[in-house]
Amino acid sequence: MNNAIAKHFLKPLLACLLLSMGTVHADSDHNIRLATTTSTDNSGLLTALLPEFQADTGYNVHVIAVGTGKALRMGRDGDVDVVLVHARAAEDEFVSQGHGDKRYGVMYNDFVLVGPKEDPAGIANAKDVTDALKRLADHSATFVSRGDDSGTHKKELGLWKKAGVTATGSWYREAGQGMGKVLQIAAEMNAYTLTDRGTWLAYEKKSPLKISFEGDPLLFNPYGIIAVNPQKYPDINHKGAQQLIRWLISPEGQERINNFRIGDNRLFTPSADAGEFASFNHSK
Amino acid sequence: MQESLHHSTTANDVMERLTTTTLAALELLFSGNPELWEIIAISFQVSGIAILVATPPALLVAFVLSYYHFPGRRLLISLNSTLLSVPAVVVGLTLFILLSRQGPLGEWKLLFTQTAMILGQIALAFPILVAMGHSALQACDRRAWETARTLGANPFRALLTIMREARFGLMAALLAAYGRIIAEVGASMMLGGNILHYTRNIPTAIALESSKGEFAQGIALGLVLLVLAFSLNAFLQHFQGKGQPA
Repeated sequence: MNNAIAKHFLKPLLACLLLSMGTVHADSDHNIRLATTTSTDNSGLLTALLPEFQADTGYNVHVIAVGTGKALRMGRDGDVDVVLVHARAAEDEFVSQGHGDKRYGVMYNDFVLVGPKEDPAGIANAKDVTDALKRLADHSATFVSRGDDSGTHKKELGLWKKAGVTATGSWYREAGQGMGKVLQIAAEMNAYTLTDRGTWLAYEKKSPLKISFEGDPLLFNPYGIIAVNPQKYPDINHKGAQQLIRWLISPEGQERINNFRIGDNRLFTPSADAGEFASFNHSK
Repeated sequence: MQESLHHSTTANDVMERLTTTTLAALELLFSGNPELWEIIAISFQVSGIAILVATPPALLVAFVLSYYHFPGRRLLISLNSTLLSVPAVVVGLTLFILLSRQGPLGEWKLLFTQTAMILGQIALAFPILVAMGHSALQACDRRAWETARTLGANPFRALLTIMREARFGLMAALLAAYGRIIAEVGASMMLGGNILHYTRNIPTAIALESSKGEFAQGIALGLVLLVLAFSLNAFLQHFQGKGQPA
């Protein structure tokens, strides 16, 4: 009887357990968990950069693309090793509360307002972005908000506040989805939305919308990278996280960001300065 | 007139887009696009392990529910039926909270691994296996069990005899459970994190690709799921014979 049990149940069960253990063990020191925003992933930047990083260093990067809010939350909870996000105020708070090591600037692009070709709210000739938003509210022009606590969503809420507009009503729609999805929703609804230029360039060809307003300094969109605090989580892959940061802000990494194009357009402008790189290497 | 003309052009556009997308999807599949096939392989691996781990204990529970009487048996059956209708995202969220570093099982560092996805899929498959397994075993003639026992079979042997009797029903339970977990997106997305080359499976890839507007890859993967569903059903039909009473 015991033999039969062993043969029919225990062995396959053990085999299964071992198999699932195997997948646990695959998850060792040469994997880095990076929580980042949908904008760096959907635009294709990471797909272009990370294989080169892997070839250079042997580290395998597991990218988890979510909104900035959720990415920071994962960092705070120690579920990832490093975060690459874009919401300056939230990043500084993350570091000052001791969840992260230090923030390094990596690159920037800017936000643009995209909308219907006919521009029914006439924001193309608005004098600045707050004026453009006021016009949207005045015309009750349909606007799709990310509504997902992402960097772009935080930015948008800040801009409405600056414009002194309470964005509510049937013209203001909160989608609760990633940037790509929201661009699709805006296209289907023939509505306006706020997007980072990188994602927009990646979608421009498939979208009936066009850029309605751009160029205000308020629309500046810097990206920062932060390693999760190893004092909080000693078993986190801090070495790998450091390696990724060093690579991204090194002259070679910055050059690669600079060279990433869609068509003729550069999506991100590298912004780590030489001083930052030097101080990073010094602190090693 | 103007309006209807405009309308018909759009309809043609849509038809054309659907056709080109489907053709592009087929091309992706048959050109052996490695990224696509890797995603398919991950799906089958994760769901395969999940079903293998979940089936033996689930069928044992189903057997106990069918052949033994004990207090709380009815309650257990009701609880299990309730679990059947728990949405996958809720299963995902519950396990996410448990497996997060802040959670009680955080030590294991399982979040965003294939193992986490397997656990989620086990949790989803288990109630289906128990419920369908229970109704299959329950339909068996109780005398088969008694005869086997009287003829001197130990409980385990007798169990195997009963399972053999109920094999069509049990196979249907297995296929239904497999069909649910391989097509499930909510839990896999939350627990796996949709990581390329690692935890990106068919459903999470479809969600991602369609959010990027890359419909061809989404359709290609959808076709794989359709073919799979069809083969599973054909397999079941074959096993069940004519599908008509003898």
